[in-house]
Amino acid sequence: MKRAFNQGRRNFLKTSAAAGGGLILSFYLPGGARRAEASPGGTKLNSFLKIGTDGKATFFCGQAEMGQGAHNALAMMLAEELEVEFKDVRIEQGGVDPAFGNPRYSGFKAMGGFQGTGGSSSVRNFGIPVRRAGAAARTMLTAVAAERMKVSQLECVAERGWVIHTPSGKKVSYGALASEAAKIAPPADPIFKKPSEFKIIGKTTKRHDIPLKVNGKAIYGIDVKRPGLLTAVVARSPVLGGKVKSFNADKTMKVKGVKKVVQVSTGVAVVADSFWAAKKGRDSLEITWDEGPMSKMSSPEIYKSWAEMAKGSTAAERLKVGDVDKALASEAKRVESVYEVPFLAHACMEPMNATAHFKGDSVEIWAPTQAQSWNRHWVSQLTSLKPEAITIHTTYLGGGFGRRLESDYAVEAADVSRAAGNVPVKVVWTREDDMQHSQYRPASHNVLSAALDANGMPTAWRHRIVGASILQYFKTFGHLLRKDGLDPTSVQGAADYFPYDIPNVYVDYVNNNPGVPAGFWRSVGNSQNGFIMESFIDELAHAAGKDPYQYRHQLMGKPHAARLRAVLDLAAEKVGWGKPLAPGIHRGIAAHFAYGGYCAQVAEVSVAKDGAVRVHRVVAAIDSGWVVNPDTIVAQIESGIVYGLTAALYNEITIKNGRVEQSNFNDYPVLRMGEMPKVEVHTLQGQGDQGGIGEPGTPPIAPAVCNAIFAATGKRIYKLPIKSESLRA
Amino acid sequence: MISLIVNGKAHKVDVAPDTPLLWVLRDTLGLTGTKYGCGIALCGACTVHVNGEAVRSCTAPISQVAGKKVTTIEGLSRDSSHPLQKAWVAEQVPQCGYCQSGQIMSAAALFANNKSPSDADIDKAMSGNICRCGTYNRIRRAIHAAAGIRKEG
Repeated sequence: MKRAFNQGRRNFLKTSAAAGGGLILSFYLPGGARRAEASPGGTKLNSFLKIGTDGKATFFCGQAEMGQGAHNALAMMLAEELEVEFKDVRIEQGGVDPAFGNPRYSGFKAMGGFQGTGGSSSVRNFGIPVRRAGAAARTMLTAVAAERMKVSQLECVAERGWVIHTPSGKKVSYGALASEAAKIAPPADPIFKKPSEFKIIGKTTKRHDIPLKVNGKAIYGIDVKRPGLLTAVVARSPVLGGKVKSFNADKTMKVKGVKKVVQVSTGVAVVADSFWAAKKGRDSLEITWDEGPMSKMSSPEIYKSWAEMAKGSTAAERLKVGDVDKALASEAKRVESVYEVPFLAHACMEPMNATAHFKGDSVEIWAPTQAQSWNRHWVSQLTSLKPEAITIHTTYLGGGFGRRLESDYAVEAADVSRAAGNVPVKVVWTREDDMQHSQYRPASHNVLSAALDANGMPTAWRHRIVGASILQYFKTFGHLLRKDGLDPTSVQGAADYFPYDIPNVYVDYVNNNPGVPAGFWRSVGNSQNGFIMESFIDELAHAAGKDPYQYRHQLMGKPHAARLRAVLDLAAEKVGWGKPLAPGIHRGIAAHFAYGGYCAQVAEVSVAKDGAVRVHRVVAAIDSGWVVNPDTIVAQIESGIVYGLTAALYNEITIKNGRVEQSNFNDYPVLRMGEMPKVEVHTLQGQGDQGGIGEPGTPPIAPAVCNAIFAATGKRIYKLPIKSESLRA
Repeated sequence: MISLIVNGKAHKVDVAPDTPLLWVLRDTLGLTGTKYGCGIALCGACTVHVNGEAVRSCTAPISQVAGKKVTTIEGLSRDSSHPLQKAWVAEQVPQCGYCQSGQIMSAAALFANNKSPSDADIDKAMSGNICRCGTYNRIRRAIHAAAGIRKEG
């Protein structure tokens, strides 16, 4: 009997027997086989799928769950191909292992690949590997069943956890086959189900994590419990980049419950038996700071210097089509505008925190993290321990939004644990700590100019972006920063996908980091450039005296813009574009492509006499390609809209004398129930590349609202957030 | 020692009297379902019931809770059978879920006194609870749905 399937170079799966019987499939990295070999029997570290002798499947997911539904969607894809009921798949968080590396992000060999959850990439990148694992296991179980029943495999079908011999009706359960299947090698190219055969993919499936999130049982990072666990609160420099000069902990040590006060690289940590003791201890520390150069930096100067830089001749070119200068000079009608967007905090509901236990020759970390392999890498850098000696346990995340791609809070926890004498310690950030010691969505200053022909259609578009760079700060991705300073994230959404058919386009970037830490924020560069592009194109439509929807539609004639045009049309149709509205309510439209998702939104807005903006209704259309869990698509677009709307209406991080001025939800407000617009989401399943869903919903909302404000008041919002004072009648 | 009743069980805790109820629940009693979000009663993640009323536990010193009855998300029902919990699942409300304990406890306080809350009632009762995932419309639907579940018994 031939035992092996067509094993070849492309076989990325490896079989092993589960302890106590059953089948385990592990990832097998080309060139990384040694690691898999080193864990016979399979472990949670790099296992992928386990089928027990009870027929239950366990899916170990290397991706993090932060509300976006990645665990659930991937488990649905696994269940589909494996041919089991969704309820029979148990989902477990995987460990940190190069085998879980995200194939979208290459170039992180030094840290063993990138195991991380960001860029709306979980389903896009792991959907196929997950399906392959499910299909491989189904094929193996079918083969073993056929052998046992002494029938042809061709006459057998797998169905809901059974292999059935169709002519005789005889059947064997997966559970009874799993141990035997563990003895054969997985096929390299198992045959996937056809979409017409799908029973789970594409059908709204209730999320497995939701029952845990209505009774308090879901465990987030801040909820981790360990024997002897202490809690620490850290005093960090109030001035960005400042260092501890000296400190006096006498008062702190008198606070009941305080155990230790230790200096770490980020500041001074107060280690106590409870949060409250640690916080009271932290608040009574006397620290002298070396404030450093940032103490002279304030937001108005940053924007002023950027306005100067925008006039300079040095910039990194990103997109050049035709001859913009010539076209600008030759047309009679020109439009010129300056847009500014602020630094933004993520303000995840769960403030930053991590638990660490440094044990001398190893470290264990429990973290609500989007970036397990980076945590491991940077903890390794801190401790000089080998990556293998560092374990990362990923908890549920109380929001991520890009903030938890950084490793600072996990590294700090390891630092505190070590400094406090190798004790297990949970470092909890207060909301103020979280707000003031973050990596902020970069602010930018943007100069745009366009020329319109006699019909009002644009013949030239120039966009210069001056602003902070994420990659300048985020060293993990530093190798993607171009030598001339071009940061792909800074121009993202302004140049990499340009939907409008304009013959002359020029986009460049001036990289200037004033010392404010910059980081990834839901939809990244698209979050500001979507606003700018979609506001400016609206300006052009109005300058041309044309309907803003029709104007966009007309300019999206090139094939690459077809999917964006389709969602634009769908949103316009569903909202009833052009149809009358209640008095005082006005519409604005915007469309943007981000992270593989094409999204258009129409906002219905009123502006009161005092300038107060009210968003009544948002109609969105989204095409992210193939739909796994339809309700998750809707939920993520709803979420992206609220996230972007909150920022547009309320949020800015400002710097005064090197200090972040905002501290909590009083000065960094968040949209609340009473302000929530009605939201309708319409899904298109377009052909072409698979897209993401976590991010595409965010960019269009700010311009849709601002374009509606223009329709209502004739006033253009050039600077976010929207200030009601500027809109008073 | 300060005495209080949490989810029907009597406890005596030895903590500083200014310790907020939130941290007594989480650190002393190990009930981590109640969340820390802001520490200044602006986000609602820490909402519990004290003698039946919704209270932001992050700013309620334990000394003021002495002798009182506290209900947390863990005590709202034994088996997630409260109409709001059922509705929260049916409407697939939570995303990251971190704020939802507080959302449900605020809604439960509203629900206890108002059999069929209007949108305006919901706006008023729920505007103290923020959600960064933006689940507000689902929360609203779930509260309306829960009213229906309760009517059906």
